[in-house]
Amino acid sequence: MIYLDNSATTKPFPEVIDSFVTVATKYFGNPSSLHELGRQAERLLQQSREQIARLLHVKPNEIIFTSGGTEANNMAIKGIALQYKNRGKHIITTAIEHPSVSEPCKQLEELGFDVSYLPVNEKGFITIDDLMKTIRDDTILVSVMHVNNEVGSIQPIKEIGQLLKNYPKIVFHVDNVQGVSKVPLHLYEGRVDLCTMSAHKFHGLRGAGILYIREGIKLSPLLAGGEQEMKVRSGTENVAAIVAMTKALRMSLEMYEEKIHHLMKVKEAWIEQLSAIPDIQLNTPIDHSAPHIINFSLNGLKSEVFVHELAKHNIFVSTTSACSSKKKAPSKTLIAMGAEPKRAESAVRISLSFKNTIEEIPIAIDVMKNAIKKLQEVTR
Amino acid sequence: MMKYDHILIRFGEMSTKGKNRKRFVYRLKRNIEKKLRDFKKIEIEQTRDRLYIRLNGESHENIIEQLKHVFGIQSFSLAMRTENDLEKIKETALAAIKELPYEGKTFKVTAKRAYKQFPVGSNELNYEIGSYILRNTENLTVNVHEPDIDVRVEVRQGGTDITCKDIPGAGGLPVGTSGKAMLMLSGGIDSPVAGYLAMKRGLEIEAVHFFSPPFTSERAKQKVIDLVKKLTEYSGKIKLHIVPFTEIQQTIQKQVPDGYSLISTRRMMLRITDALRKKHNGLAIVTGESLGQVASQTLESMATINDVTTTPILRPLVAMDKTEIIEIAKKIDTFDISVRPYEDCCTIFTPSAPKTRPKKEKAAHYESFVDFESLINEAVNKTETLIIDKNYKNIEEFEELF
Repeated sequence: MIYLDNSATTKPFPEVIDSFVTVATKYFGNPSSLHELGRQAERLLQQSREQIARLLHVKPNEIIFTSGGTEANNMAIKGIALQYKNRGKHIITTAIEHPSVSEPCKQLEELGFDVSYLPVNEKGFITIDDLMKTIRDDTILVSVMHVNNEVGSIQPIKEIGQLLKNYPKIVFHVDNVQGVSKVPLHLYEGRVDLCTMSAHKFHGLRGAGILYIREGIKLSPLLAGGEQEMKVRSGTENVAAIVAMTKALRMSLEMYEEKIHHLMKVKEAWIEQLSAIPDIQLNTPIDHSAPHIINFSLNGLKSEVFVHELAKHNIFVSTTSACSSKKKAPSKTLIAMGAEPKRAESAVRISLSFKNTIEEIPIAIDVMKNAIKKLQEVTR
Repeated sequence: MMKYDHILIRFGEMSTKGKNRKRFVYRLKRNIEKKLRDFKKIEIEQTRDRLYIRLNGESHENIIEQLKHVFGIQSFSLAMRTENDLEKIKETALAAIKELPYEGKTFKVTAKRAYKQFPVGSNELNYEIGSYILRNTENLTVNVHEPDIDVRVEVRQGGTDITCKDIPGAGGLPVGTSGKAMLMLSGGIDSPVAGYLAMKRGLEIEAVHFFSPPFTSERAKQKVIDLVKKLTEYSGKIKLHIVPFTEIQQTIQKQVPDGYSLISTRRMMLRITDALRKKHNGLAIVTGESLGQVASQTLESMATINDVTTTPILRPLVAMDKTEIIEIAKKIDTFDISVRPYEDCCTIFTPSAPKTRPKKEKAAHYESFVDFESLINEAVNKTETLIIDKNYKNIEEFEELF
């Protein structure tokens, strides 16, 4: 099997599954229970929070556990909107956000909020200039993704943070689901107020995510109830998945140190080999793009059929993002980048992990070439 | 390219300590060595009025963070070292400034010639080095009054040190140079801060905690362990004495009238702490008391509690406001642990109306009907002692899970 769909989800590390099983079996108590089992579970939760804070260079009380990236994004955007609605009702985000950011924004529009969607240029980047021009007196939130999930462009988070330094009333949220352990992001230096992460994108399990909330930032809770997670996120904590996520984060960051150069080389090799195929147009920008995402178009050929053709040979890739690939919609990011519909409809995404190898490339490329040939015969 | 290869450490207050000085420097060096134990490659060198850490390739960022927690350091700087040769000094000074984000900034050179045999005087050095830097950089100007970057050049017998930025140290005196004291640690906000301030004045501390199962839970004990672990940032290792206190507390409940039970509890805690102090060769007791916050902290209460011993009781927080205490607690990272909401031995059995003006004769009278002495001895003998350091793990650290 050659798995090239790591931006959709990653394969959990076996050590991570071991932790999950042990916690779910032995330490199944509710952290809020007073007795011994509860205490152990609470301790596990606390240690997870401390370790994650250490790994991210922030404070333990700035880490809130959620059920995943979608919840964390919803919590950040709606939570800030509700908290500060009396201060202003203007939100700025980008045209290429993941649906778990753009859909909550649309919901807020229905509630009377005004949302500006920053355009991106043909390479998939917003500009600081555009952002500056869009900021208004009643802007309360700027939400920008770190690494785009479809093409891998890296947005200028640090520069945005620098700019927003001059607007102390604006909260800055970053969706870092695709960036964790692949593209470093220093939360304090970047002046990030809120940051979303999701366990299953770094070899953890589904059901656990993180919202970093900088000390001093208040938001209205999305889930009200038993006041867990410092009263910001009620609901019995998913201790097993959280402990598993903590281990996954440690291992992934260690792997970054060891293998980032390897990953960059693999990506370069992919780009080189893909560029040599005449019917392929590369969509991922060469500079300022993540080391694990490569997006290309098949010159109008049906990407869905291409994905199935590759799957027959145990090679797994995606059309656009996993979430929208079932809808057969053209790639939102590519449309925003100004690609023609034909190009946006035939996009394919390869997303790597540290475990992918150079050796896989020629095998996969051969299959891809054959698939393209086959598709061309059918289409013509 | 030249890199910062040394960290230069200045002692400050210690420099004036006359005969004791040698002991102080020795202790500081040892404390630093302990603190930096994980950095295998470094070497620490000692001169008359400085310590030098030779980095030998270790990255300085982490070491700097660690040094900020060592008491007895007034300030420290990343330094480049070179031979006593004017050309070499000029080149090194330039390299040192280029390691910083210098563009758009102002600078001055402050040269000191401690080694008088060096042929170039300090004024001339200032001029030579300053103009060399100016010629070889862009967008950097001189400002001798309020420079952004002060290039300090110190010519000593063994070589010349060049530093561009002083990082303030934790101040105070090296832990251990002022002797040993017992810290009464409840788990609240105040006592860890008192411990921190005591260590800042050079005291070595051993913590004493009163544990009353089943009225206080394992969570409360864990909380205290976590607090001590935070304090070890400043001292390496700390002994934590956990005193079984249930029986004494229950006896007080039965014997002493409600209004005096709190005072008697405090008196017993102090007697036990004093006994532990004797056993472990301490000289004083440190508490987190401050004046007038709660019933047990009126001056009358303090006097009545204090009546059980003549051992010096140090109260570093006595003149502080709660907000100031909280500020320090946040700075040393104990605040979030302290506010974990578990019962401790001070919050259970709280009388409904404690006396705010207790009399010591009355307290002694109420206590005279029970043989507290033997209960105290028993508690001291059954005290469990944990040695906590930054890597301390109780059985439940679940290490393999993370």
